[in-house]
Amino acid sequence: MKYAYFPGCTLHTQADNFRLSCDASCRELGLELAELQSWECCGAVFPLSTDNRLPLASPFRTLARAHATGQPLLTLCSACYNVLKRTNYTVSGNAEVREKLEAFVELPYAGQGRVVHLLEAIRDDLGWGALRARVKRPLSGLPVAAYYGCLLLRPQEELQFDDPENPRVLEELVSALGAKPVLYPHRAECCGAYLGVRDSESTLGAVRTILQAAGARGARVLVTSCPLCFYNLDSAQARISQEDLAFKPLPVLYFTQLLALALGAPASQLVLSRHQVDPWPALQELGLGEVVA
Amino acid sequence: MTRRIGVFVCWCGFNISATVDVQRVSRSLLDYPGVAWTADYKYCCSDPGQRMLKEAIVSEGLDGVVVAACSPSMHEVTFRGAAEAAGLNPYQVEIANIREQCSWVHADREAATAKAIELVKTMVEKVRGDESLQPISVPVTKRCLVIGGGISGMQAALEVAQAGYQVILVEREPTIGGRMAQLGETFPTLDCASCILTPKTAEVGRHARIRLMAFSEIQKVSGYVGNFEVEIKKKPTYVDWDKCTGCMECVTRCPKKLPAEFERGTGQRKSIYVTFPQAVPYRPRIDRESCIYFASGRCRICVRYCQVEAIDFEQQETVVTEKVGAIIVATGYDLMPKDRFGEYGYGKIPDVIDGLEFERLNSSSGPTSGELRRPSDGKIPEEVVFIQCVGSRDQEKGMPYCSKICCMYTAKHARLFKHKVPQGQAYIFYMDVRAAGKGYEEFIQKGVDEEKLLYLRGRVARVFQDGDKVMVWGEDTLSGKKIEIAADLVVLATAMVPREDARALAQLLKIGTDAYGFFNEAHPKLRPVETLTSGIFLTGAAQAPKDIPDSVSQAGSAASKVLGLFAGDALTHAPTVVEVDAELCSGCGICVDTCPYGARELDQYERVARVREVLCQGCGACAAACPNGATRHRNLDAGQVLAMIDAVLD
Repeated sequence: MKYAYFPGCTLHTQADNFRLSCDASCRELGLELAELQSWECCGAVFPLSTDNRLPLASPFRTLARAHATGQPLLTLCSACYNVLKRTNYTVSGNAEVREKLEAFVELPYAGQGRVVHLLEAIRDDLGWGALRARVKRPLSGLPVAAYYGCLLLRPQEELQFDDPENPRVLEELVSALGAKPVLYPHRAECCGAYLGVRDSESTLGAVRTILQAAGARGARVLVTSCPLCFYNLDSAQARISQEDLAFKPLPVLYFTQLLALALGAPASQLVLSRHQVDPWPALQELGLGEVVA
Repeated sequence: MTRRIGVFVCWCGFNISATVDVQRVSRSLLDYPGVAWTADYKYCCSDPGQRMLKEAIVSEGLDGVVVAACSPSMHEVTFRGAAEAAGLNPYQVEIANIREQCSWVHADREAATAKAIELVKTMVEKVRGDESLQPISVPVTKRCLVIGGGISGMQAALEVAQAGYQVILVEREPTIGGRMAQLGETFPTLDCASCILTPKTAEVGRHARIRLMAFSEIQKVSGYVGNFEVEIKKKPTYVDWDKCTGCMECVTRCPKKLPAEFERGTGQRKSIYVTFPQAVPYRPRIDRESCIYFASGRCRICVRYCQVEAIDFEQQETVVTEKVGAIIVATGYDLMPKDRFGEYGYGKIPDVIDGLEFERLNSSSGPTSGELRRPSDGKIPEEVVFIQCVGSRDQEKGMPYCSKICCMYTAKHARLFKHKVPQGQAYIFYMDVRAAGKGYEEFIQKGVDEEKLLYLRGRVARVFQDGDKVMVWGEDTLSGKKIEIAADLVVLATAMVPREDARALAQLLKIGTDAYGFFNEAHPKLRPVETLTSGIFLTGAAQAPKDIPDSVSQAGSAASKVLGLFAGDALTHAPTVVEVDAELCSGCGICVDTCPYGARELDQYERVARVREVLCQGCGACAAACPNGATRHRNLDAGQVLAMIDAVLD
């Protein structure tokens, strides 16, 4: 299976652990990712104003270029996915917006292309059975809490990704890798998002609630698909630990890192040095440490 | 034959005369062929005006009348009545509307006068072709069908029966009483629901003029006002209710237990069961789905213990056909299922219940005998969160409308909880508190003042299980704070929705529903209990969310409409309907498809289209559609219409 691949800016900067583990995983899975020849900002946030459509020009250009390759557009950053898929939805359902964007960007595109998240490609195109068959190093016994955040799930009508009240794709992935999904009530709660810039207390509170809920139910690692969630969840733990001596840090991973590990990718592709909360001990406990080292 | 038509031009004060030269209209018609008399008068509809019309009919020997005045919907009845009093057939009187369709909409007096003259001439042409007609008389079967045996249907049935008429009350469930039978106490008086309901169910059960058909459903409806024919399906109960004495030994002995629908899963019933101890009729039924005998051919314990041999595993469904003159539809409502709400746990958290479950847990005849114990572990809850507007006023995921009763029953639930658990705390998340009704606002205020109910204005975003607590995350929009409550029990005020099969019933009855499936009234203000199908009336929450007082008063209103229908020996229907020339009719059936009222049908044997005159509203659609001209609209046939057009064009 071949995809037009849009990594987005973060994967080429802070989140190279996300990108490299994705690349390694897709190689193992036979998913061919052809990075778009030229790509630009996804738009970062989907604009909610209805009288200014200019912010849609950038994602529209990406969508049109991807469509020209004849392949579905694949991305894995939750934010890129949200903006690109919602733009696609808007373009396909709103002729006025479409005509404006086509005229401005000077590329024809009517929203007929498919935007897929890597999780959807694995779930819908590859299938859980095929994934299971390719697992070389089952993560047996590893309790994993999946964290969805908001951008992957909502608005449901536009994204059609999973049930926003009770999502399951990450748990299905975790199960397919041989690990044990840990259910907790805050899988789709807010991580604090950009509030950390101005009101770090709110972000700390949100992060602590999520991590404690997952930890209390036995999770040893937490996986996500969003670089912003990753940042908030990972970086806040040092401060929480300072304030609360009873707090038990919980390593945060991109789902692709677990995926690459289970598929037998070389440890260098996981880039675990990026993490403030070291995932090493948790993996080592399960006998996975030697692989990573 | 030369006609002697009289033309009466009304001034309508200045309404017409300011724009139309009424005297010129009157004068210019004098020479028109067939016109024998013209006059004008300031107010033709007044007593002296009508007297003038009557006198002219007699003294001038008029055989037709055109009144040039306001809209026929205003005074056609008036002038036709006056003419009839003077011995003229009322269908020889027509109205030329020179007010709404002329003076009111024009300013140029000259042009308006010319137009008025033309309008009057067209009506003279119409009268020239008018036949003297007699109203169609339809016999009335003075017997009423009530569909649904809840409080509304029972009330309507009782009122019609008490007035002296026969009633057939059809109830789908094995027992009458409906939703109200599930309630513990009622707002705003906190009197016990059973205490006011069971006397009514008993009265319905023993009333000489009410034939109760429980566990039965409507299968087919045909006919029309005064003369409906209804097929009623009696579902098998596998117990011969005539033999059964109601000793309930079979129920006691039945070994099979399962969750009871009536208790909404909070309690259990047997495979052979009676819905509740005060049920009317007090007779058990076997639920075939769960019965051991039906599954395996063994058991028959109920047979062994029945002294009167009433158990009948061979019982079959039967269908009876009944004739009725009127139908009252009272099929009630459902609650939106709580498994629709993912944010509140998809119905999977045992201590998140809906309002009717709370009623059962609180009811003295409920599974806990009225001790408020939560479903998961039987613990008495101390922290209880009530969430209003679950699925109501929700344009995204639920129903856009307000379910109307939830503010009141939530306050009632919270107060009853506090009466039973005085040390407990009730939290109520609300959007607005809508307590319009006699004693309603006071009821809520009393709860706030005396029972310290804590009203939190905002929505709940998430409910989840945490140990033995149900965590509630919400927002208090008045303080702007996020609220977290570790609750023992959460009660959802889920939206009132129409019965699942309401649309199917509407199709059987040929009545309308709104976008949600609630039955449509003929007019939201002026005809609230009638449907657009003559002879079929509505009451209760099947029409819209409604509380008990509203349902009962609407039941009385529907019953009075039925009594009005039954007051005469026959119904009259306007004779200005269509008729068919059988010689010309080819039996193509186009008229049948064209008719919006179901008034046209094809006689398959004769290959001729027929008219069911009582249903015909005289719209003329079929007459226009008929390719052969076989269908003729009485007093508006093709010859008349062409003559009217000629009168304008000449």
